[in-house]
Amino acid sequence: MSGLIVEIRDVHQTFRISAGTFRGTRPLRAVNGVSLAIEQGEVLGLVGESGCGKTTLARMMLGLLEPTAGSILVKGRPIQEFDRLEIARLLQPIFQDPYSSLNPRKSVGAIITLPLRVQNDPRPETWRQRVEEIMTLVGLQRRLYNSYPNQLSGGQRQRVAIARALINRPQVVICDEPTSALDVSVQSQILNLLQDLRRELGLTYVLISHNLAVVEHMATRVAVMYLGRIVEAADTDSLFKSPRHPYTQALLQSVLTPDPLLGVPDAQLGAAYPNPLEPPSGCTFHPRCPHAMPHCSAVPPRSVPTAAGHVECHLHDDAQGRQRLAS
Amino acid sequence: MSDILEVASLAVDIPLAAGVLHPVQGVSFSIGRGETLCLVGESGCGKSLTALAIMDLLPRTAIRTADTLTLNGEDILNAGEGRMSDLRGNAMAMIFQEPMTSLNPAYTIGNQLEEALLRHRRVSRRDARDRAVMLLEKVGITAAASRLRQYPHQLSGGLRQRVMIAMSLMCGPALIIADEPTTALDVTIQAQILLLLAELQKEFHMGLLLITHDLGVVARVADRVVVMYAGQIVETGTAEQVFAAPRHPYTQGLLECIPIPGKTRRGANLGAIPGMVPTLIGDIQGCRFRERCTFAMPACAADVSFRPAEARDHVYRCLLTPAECADNFHRKVPA
Repeated sequence: MSGLIVEIRDVHQTFRISAGTFRGTRPLRAVNGVSLAIEQGEVLGLVGESGCGKTTLARMMLGLLEPTAGSILVKGRPIQEFDRLEIARLLQPIFQDPYSSLNPRKSVGAIITLPLRVQNDPRPETWRQRVEEIMTLVGLQRRLYNSYPNQLSGGQRQRVAIARALINRPQVVICDEPTSALDVSVQSQILNLLQDLRRELGLTYVLISHNLAVVEHMATRVAVMYLGRIVEAADTDSLFKSPRHPYTQALLQSVLTPDPLLGVPDAQLGAAYPNPLEPPSGCTFHPRCPHAMPHCSAVPPRSVPTAAGHVECHLHDDAQGRQRLAS
Repeated sequence: MSDILEVASLAVDIPLAAGVLHPVQGVSFSIGRGETLCLVGESGCGKSLTALAIMDLLPRTAIRTADTLTLNGEDILNAGEGRMSDLRGNAMAMIFQEPMTSLNPAYTIGNQLEEALLRHRRVSRRDARDRAVMLLEKVGITAAASRLRQYPHQLSGGLRQRVMIAMSLMCGPALIIADEPTTALDVTIQAQILLLLAELQKEFHMGLLLITHDLGVVARVADRVVVMYAGQIVETGTAEQVFAAPRHPYTQGLLECIPIPGKTRRGANLGAIPGMVPTLIGDIQGCRFRERCTFAMPACAADVSFRPAEARDHVYRCLLTPAECADNFHRKVPA
C-alpha cells in the first residue's frame, strides 16, 4: 500500500424530491456524511441494500455528481479543480448491465477507441494496435473488433466494458455490481479477469456489490452502508470473522452458502428497509435492530474506532452498550 | 408417497426459420406432497420453459410433448383450455420473478387477491376479503386490511413479492411453481421470503417447484435437486448428494465457480467453465456438455444416458464412473 488516492471527507448528497403539486420539495439524504479513504492498490468493497447510497457515492467519486456538502480529494487535490478529462483518465467505471452500457450501434472497436478519441490522444496511428492489445488483455479475440454488441454474449460484453474502462490506463476502477447480470460460470471468469488485471496493472478497485460472497472473495477492505452512512468499515478478514455492527451481522447471516445442512437463516431483520425520505430518529437502524436500547432511538451513534476500522453503534460506544453486549 | 406432479419425457420444440429449436428435451421428475424440488441451471437451460410447459402457458408457436404429465393423478397434458383455466391459480399456482411486472398496476392489491378465489370458488366477496386479509397476515404483512386498498406501486419489492405469495395461496393449491422468486430482491429480504415459503409449504403441505440459478438458495431449501444444462437434465439427487458429492462435470464446474466465504481462498482464481452453451437448433447428438467438458472423449458424441451414482436416487448423465467423477471434483479449500 502506498498513499491515498481518493479521500472522501464528510460528503453529503441531498436530492430534492417533489412532495406533490404545490407542496414544494422534501430532502432525500442519499449520502449523509460519509468519510472514506481509498489507498492505492486496495480493493474496497462497498456493500448494502438497494437504496443505501452506494451508487450515489460512486457517481460523486467519478465527478458525475457534485456533493451537496463535504469534499472529495483525488491525489490530494479537490475533485472540482480537475477538468472532466483529467478525472476520466484517473477514474473509470464499470457498470452492472453490459446490455445497456454499450452503444448497440457502435462496433466493439469503436466502443473501445472512444475514450482515446475523447481524450484527444496524440497518436491516432497507434489506436488500432492499442485497442487490439487491450482486447487480448481482457480475453477478447481480435476478430471481434468489427462485431457489434448484439453479436456478443453477456460475458463478452462485460469484457468490452472492462477494455473500454482500461484503455487509458486509469488508476482506480469503480465496479458497480460488475457481475450481477451474469450467470455464475461467467461471473467467475469476470472475477478472475478483474483479479488478474489488478495484479498486472496495479489497479485500485472500488467494488460495489450486494453479493457478499463476491465481496469476501475480492475485497481487501469492506465498508457497509446503511441509509447513506457507513456503519462499519474494516479489513475483510476482521469484518467477516467478527462483524460488530448488528446490521453487518444480519447481512452476513443472510449469505446463502451452498451448504444443504444449514437451511434458510433467520436474520431477524423484521421491519422492511426504511423509507429514506423519513429516516428513523437516532440510530437509523434501530427499528430493525435486535439489540436496540432505549437511547438508540434518540441519539445518533458516534463513529467508534476499532482495531481494524470503525463502527457506528451504541453497543460499542458507551458502558451501557458494552454491558448489553456482554449479557 | 403419492406424487402431486409427475413429469415424464417432457419436451418443448419451437419451430424457427433456421430450424427447430429444442429448448427442453426428455425432462422427467416428480414432486410429492410437502416436497421441495429445485430446478437449477444457467440462463437458457430450459428451466423456465419447463415451468411454463407444466402450466400450459408456452408461447403459441411452441409444441409441447410428453409421455406423462399429471397433477394429482389427473392428466393435464391433454386437458383442454377450459380445464387448465380451472386448475391454474387453483390446484397449481405460479410465483414469477418480477413482482413489479406481474401485479396489475391498475387494480388494488385486494382486487387482485380476491379475484382468484372468486373465479374458482363459490364464495361471497366478504369471505374472499377475509381470506385475503388472513393470508396477508400469514405472509407477514402488517395492517393487512388497509393494504387491500393499496395499489402495487405503493409497496416495496419485498412486500410485492409477499403479496404474490399470498395470491398464489388463495385457493390452497397442491403445487406452487416459483420461478426465481427472490432474484430481484436484496439478500436480507431474500432470506425472509425463502423462510416464509418454506414455512408455508410445510404448513399447507404443498409441493414446491423452485426454479433458480442461485446454488446457495438451492442448497438451503431443496429436498431434491434437478440440474439442467442446454435443455436436458444432467444430474438429479437429494440436496446433500448433489452438493456433497456432485458427479456430473457440469455440476462440479458450477460449484467450483462460486466463491464461498471460508472455503475458497480469497483472491485465488475461481474455477471456470470454458466455452459457451451450444446452439439448440436442429438435431443434437451426444452429450450436450462435451464441447466444454475437460473430460470429453470420442464416445461422448453418441447419446449418453443416466447412470446411478453411489447413493440411491442419485443419477447423472455421463460416461465416467462415479469413482472417476469423484476424483475430478476438488473444490479449492484454504491451504
